[in-house]
Amino acid sequence: MNKTVNQKAWFLVLPVLLLVAFNAIIPLMTVVNYSVQETFGDNNFFWAGVLWFEEILRSERFHASLGRQLFFTFSILAIEIPLGVIIALAMPRKGVWVSVCLVLMAMPLLIPWNVVGAMWNIFALPDIGLLGNMLNGMGIDYNFTRQPVAAWATLLAMDVWHWTSLVVLLAYAGLVSIPDAYYQAAKIDGASSWAIFRYIQLPKMKRVLTIAILLRFMDSFNIYTEPFVLTGGGPGNSTTLLSIDLVKIALGQFDLGPAAAMSLIYFLVILLLSWVFYTLMMRNEE
Amino acid sequence: MKRLGWLIPTLYILFLMLPIYWLVSMSFKTTNEILGSFTLFPQEFTLDNYKTIFTDSTWYMGYVNSLAYVTLNTVISVCVALPAAYAFSRYRFLGDKHLFFWLLTNRMAPAAVFALPFFQLYSAFGLFDTHLAVALAHTLFNIPLAVWILEGFMSGVPKQLDETAYVDGYSFPKFFIKIFIPTIAAGVGVAAFFCFMFSWVELLLAKTLTAVAAKPIAATMTKTASSSGYELGLLAAAGALTIIPGAIVIYFVRNYIAKGFALGRV
Repeated sequence: MNKTVNQKAWFLVLPVLLLVAFNAIIPLMTVVNYSVQETFGDNNFFWAGVLWFEEILRSERFHASLGRQLFFTFSILAIEIPLGVIIALAMPRKGVWVSVCLVLMAMPLLIPWNVVGAMWNIFALPDIGLLGNMLNGMGIDYNFTRQPVAAWATLLAMDVWHWTSLVVLLAYAGLVSIPDAYYQAAKIDGASSWAIFRYIQLPKMKRVLTIAILLRFMDSFNIYTEPFVLTGGGPGNSTTLLSIDLVKIALGQFDLGPAAAMSLIYFLVILLLSWVFYTLMMRNEE
Repeated sequence: MKRLGWLIPTLYILFLMLPIYWLVSMSFKTTNEILGSFTLFPQEFTLDNYKTIFTDSTWYMGYVNSLAYVTLNTVISVCVALPAAYAFSRYRFLGDKHLFFWLLTNRMAPAAVFALPFFQLYSAFGLFDTHLAVALAHTLFNIPLAVWILEGFMSGVPKQLDETAYVDGYSFPKFFIKIFIPTIAAGVGVAAFFCFMFSWVELLLAKTLTAVAAKPIAATMTKTASSSGYELGLLAAAGALTIIPGAIVIYFVRNYIAKGFALGRV
């Protein structure tokens, strides 16, 4: 659509700008402020320069959390995106079952995050949980509060349970927007179902899948509540993701300087990776 | 392959329902039964856990508080996002693309980064422990999302509609409220749905910004989990009840959810 140039449109954007600026800029400036100062309590602050940034970037604890975070995010992307597409492809296109499927699949998305964590906790408990009890009954030694591998498996299963539906909904929205004529043409050409997927469905889903990958990337990188409730970052530090570590430093130990420096590095990593994703996926679009 | 196609969604839905079933079944069990033995179905069916929640004001006020700030947030987010989305979809203005991208970057901000500064900011304004504080804090990620979704829906409406209305003598506010908003009613519904969803499920900011008067149900639950021993049945009942508002909202927008993001531009 060709848009007209109109500087007065700024007035329409103004309320949004003011509200978001109030919520984003003031807190962000607070964080920047803390990140360059040292404090010994009593509201006495001293200039610390880039000390905290150097400390965080060198600390092994940060490297370990960042590594776990990257592993988590890329694992769930690698599982949820293909799985979501497969389910969307298998879903019915017409009839009553469409509504039934959509309503049931959207349910995990609307459960408060701490309830998701608590639900999976009692579902996976080795003695009284359905999953834990079944696994142990089958002779698999499973205890997610003690074994790091089991904790990770449970964490990934929980996220797949929680968010795959979002990918399904988006991919499905892309699929139903494909006109029937495309499929008829493919049938006349005698295209295989793989060819239909590769040359008709996948290109048509590209835009919604970009949104899905970006949203899943951003949200999984920010994940806090679910793993906190499920494992509390343990056993040991094995499932301490970036957010959990950050809250531990900021609100647990009240180390404002290092926490603020870590916040900024964290935010920059998300911005940078989102930008990389976005440009990579949009490169062929033009 | 075609004949077995129904199998994949069915298995997936079964996988989704299992933990929910376990939560609901546990909410009907007594603490003794939960801790004493492993049972697939509640043996001594009890409604005590629900009775506690509906009679104890710290419990049911949690739901009232959560619903209050979620509703407030949805109203604020959609109301301010509507004109902004119109501006982005119809006009080009100085810095529009940068502004749009900046709005979206706020969707990426980790709540953990903002928890402490938000606490200080809202305390300074005397808003700590009010519904408004949580509602405003949640606009940080809901307004960008609402603008993004609404902009997509508005761009799907041909510009001739606006021009015809102006020729007919409509002023901008009159046209916007009387003609334009009804035209994109589905988009408003989808935007409201996503605002409701992300405000309803968020806990970290809601918990940080409240103490007693506006404490959300999720915070009540975490406190119970840690303080009063481990009343799993009560916790399960409270959790099961949090699913209901979401389920109702999904039912109303079921025909639109899938379209919500698809129409938005990246």
